[in-house]
Amino acid sequence: MEKFSISVNGKKQEVTADPDMPLLWVLRDLLSMKGTKFGCGQALCGACTVHLDDEAIRSCSTPISTIGSKKVTTIEGLDKEGHHPLQDAWVEHIVPQCGYCQTGQIMNAAALLKKNISPTVAEIEEAMAGNLCRCGTYNRIKEAIITASEALYLKHQSI
Amino acid sequence: MMPNFPFLKNKKAEDKSEVFVPSRRDFLKLSSLATGGFLLGVNFQCAGPKGETITFAPNVFVSITSDNEVIIVAHRSEMGTGIRTTLPQIVADELGADWSKVKIVQAIGDEEKYGNQNTDGSFSVRMFYEPMRKTGATARHMLIAAAAKKWEVSPAECHTENSQVLHSSGKKIDFGDLVAEVKDMPLPDPESITLKEFSSYKLIGKDVAIYDARDIAAGKAVFGADVNLPGMQVAVVRRSPVIGAKVISFNDTKALAVPGVNRVVKIEGAGIPPGLDKPLEGVAVIADNTWAAMKGREALEIEWDLGPNQTYNSAKQLEEMLQSTAKDGKVRRERGNFLAAQRAAGKVLERTYLAPFYAHATIEPPAAIAHYQGDGICEIWAPTQHPQWARQAVATALDLDLDKVKMNITLLGGGFGRKSKPDFVVEAAILSKAAKSPVRVQWTREDDLHFDFFHSHSAQRIKATIDKDGNFTGWNHHTVFPAIGATGSTTELHPSDGELGLGCTDFPYDVPNIKIETHESTAHTRIGWLRSVSNIHHAFAIGCMMDEIAEARGIDPVKHALQMLGEDRNLEFKPETDGKYENYGEPIETFPWNTGRMKKVIERVAKEANWDQKLAEGKAVGFAAHKSFLTYVACIVVVEKDGSGKISIPEVFYAVDCGIGVNTDRIRSQFEGGAQFATSLATTSAITFENGIPQQKNFDGYQIIRMPQSPKKIHVHIIESMEKPTGVGEPPVPPFIPALCNAMYKLTGERIYQLPFKA
Repeated sequence: MEKFSISVNGKKQEVTADPDMPLLWVLRDLLSMKGTKFGCGQALCGACTVHLDDEAIRSCSTPISTIGSKKVTTIEGLDKEGHHPLQDAWVEHIVPQCGYCQTGQIMNAAALLKKNISPTVAEIEEAMAGNLCRCGTYNRIKEAIITASEALYLKHQSI
Repeated sequence: MMPNFPFLKNKKAEDKSEVFVPSRRDFLKLSSLATGGFLLGVNFQCAGPKGETITFAPNVFVSITSDNEVIIVAHRSEMGTGIRTTLPQIVADELGADWSKVKIVQAIGDEEKYGNQNTDGSFSVRMFYEPMRKTGATARHMLIAAAAKKWEVSPAECHTENSQVLHSSGKKIDFGDLVAEVKDMPLPDPESITLKEFSSYKLIGKDVAIYDARDIAAGKAVFGADVNLPGMQVAVVRRSPVIGAKVISFNDTKALAVPGVNRVVKIEGAGIPPGLDKPLEGVAVIADNTWAAMKGREALEIEWDLGPNQTYNSAKQLEEMLQSTAKDGKVRRERGNFLAAQRAAGKVLERTYLAPFYAHATIEPPAAIAHYQGDGICEIWAPTQHPQWARQAVATALDLDLDKVKMNITLLGGGFGRKSKPDFVVEAAILSKAAKSPVRVQWTREDDLHFDFFHSHSAQRIKATIDKDGNFTGWNHHTVFPAIGATGSTTELHPSDGELGLGCTDFPYDVPNIKIETHESTAHTRIGWLRSVSNIHHAFAIGCMMDEIAEARGIDPVKHALQMLGEDRNLEFKPETDGKYENYGEPIETFPWNTGRMKKVIERVAKEANWDQKLAEGKAVGFAAHKSFLTYVACIVVVEKDGSGKISIPEVFYAVDCGIGVNTDRIRSQFEGGAQFATSLATTSAITFENGIPQQKNFDGYQIIRMPQSPKKIHVHIIESMEKPTGVGEPPVPPFIPALCNAMYKLTGERIYQLPFKA
């Protein structure tokens, strides 16, 4: 067991953990942040997606010892009020069915929009291919990303 | 407890079938709330035979507080269908509540109080549309009566809107301000309660956003593994690698040496048959956190007696099943004389269809939390579709009275039938008792795919006869698949009447000679039900075969289906099926199989998809229609091959008649998702067994479709109907698969006889 100091949603967190413990379980079990979900443990489904600096990563396959000084952002920290344009678009399009994979979907989409504010449909499909949804909400996810991208673009223009 | 099949109301509920017709005297019960509100319930949980005094036990209720809050209890489990919104939406509409301010709370699992909570078989709306309307309407009548009395006006001059009672003069009063009057008011005669005109509904029949959307998007929604209790430990279990395997011995020294691991506990399994509600034999590692428990499990050393299933090979069994279909089977439905039709036929088509085992693969793997308290009370938090079965199974496993088990229901991260089975909930309870602390049992993806209650693999053979004049004269359908019942009984060798009623013995086409036969097969794994159950493989075979028959007769498949459905009429299957046609647990008089309604969805989908148009090069369309769970569905799938030979599904058209559509957005979303779900079943997913062990370990082996392969535009056309509402959770799946296969044939020239096929 080792002590680690990591930055999560702008807050410094001290944890004692096995260096191999995936960030997912650090967040869920040690920090009691339950918005990040466990789906496969092998980086195959994307339910556990968080940001490491600006990159979308699979927290289930990212050991705590590899985080270092990089900043972790989870769904709880994406927007203080829970009103990131993607979150609003998700509600507007009534994307979720069961909802379990959706925080991972939103985090993955948020990383995409940071890099590419106006992705094409093909770019969205490619970027989101690692996030599984068993309920089959893919088309509404796509629509919501486009809506959010338009909102972000307008915001960007007005600045 | 008896197996609870998804397509039937559970046995206990059936014994009290009058539960669905609230009795006049006991329809209502009013009681005061400590908060100064009032509580209203519909009593359709009759406690005994007719004539006896019946104890009050509301199955669903609404309460209103003096600060004008309308609280509606959702008593069905939310796994993605939107039912937690849809049923309260009905209550709110009849009541005249301000929907934006309605609070929905989830019921605990309590059959005495809430009646049937088994969220399965697409029957929540079917069962509860009327009771929910009456609940809302009764509350409205009482509030209006109280306001009218206060104002000294006639109740007929009042109505409700936005959680207020309004008088024709313009006077209005909040519901909350009437609570004091209404809570002591005598119950109205149920006969005096009038329901609103359908045209005046503001929520029923409309797109209503799901209640939990904002919480889900914010990461605040609580699923099975998200409940946190003080002092909670986490358990992962090494289960019998082959069904029926028993632990000979185990060494936990290395596991206990893993930091954070606190305890190792053996779980006694049921053996063979494994049962639908029992845990598998296993050894659990209980630790401070999930990761430590997983590491501890890796370090366990277990010696197994693998038992008779260790040589099981599913490909070999499927081949044997296929061979068996060439022989005479057990006749399950017969009309006319198929053999005579075959002798007289000008042409006989004979085709076979194979489908694999499927896993549910909910993205949330099973997880449950139990807190066994020293005083013999066990409290559970679980993502269960069937709270009462889980509660009963826990009580049985721990030898507790039912009332000592409190069952809290979280959101389900997908269900599809998997989370009806309470095995994982029982594990949590056993381990909490052993650990003397709250325990979360956490399944990994590998556990989920290894130890699922699988959709059974199947072999089918269909012979169709066409006479010298081109008439379709005979249908002989052989079907064989290990039955769900075999999970609980080793003597169940044939599919049950219920399983056959799912798309096989209810073959609706007007063919003069029909013979449906089944063959024996044994289960070597746990068989369960998956979204639409045996409709999946039956619709695949029948839908593909009908397309071939139409082609052989030189008739367009849509016109052929319409022609073969014949005159508009209600079908009867009972006289030809040894009297055991189940009709999804409903009397066929109340929910008939009407050919006219099926023809209407077929005509509609053909029109919407512009079926007769000439398609561009590289595109093709396929059609199929299939009724399941009392809902009529027709489907047209468009496939396209690009320059590089890559095949995609650019468009899907559905027409559905589910009677009255309550939440139209959630109806569409079930069809959108159903098309995606069915695409996985048709093209990417399969579980195979070698040496009794599933060969697919995670989402790399058991694949479900990803966004780039998913069908793009999914058009859902809901038939406007005033017929009784039926469910939509499962019906989108069955017709999609044959419609896709038939489109693929037109695109490639090759028929599909085995799932999954590679697109």
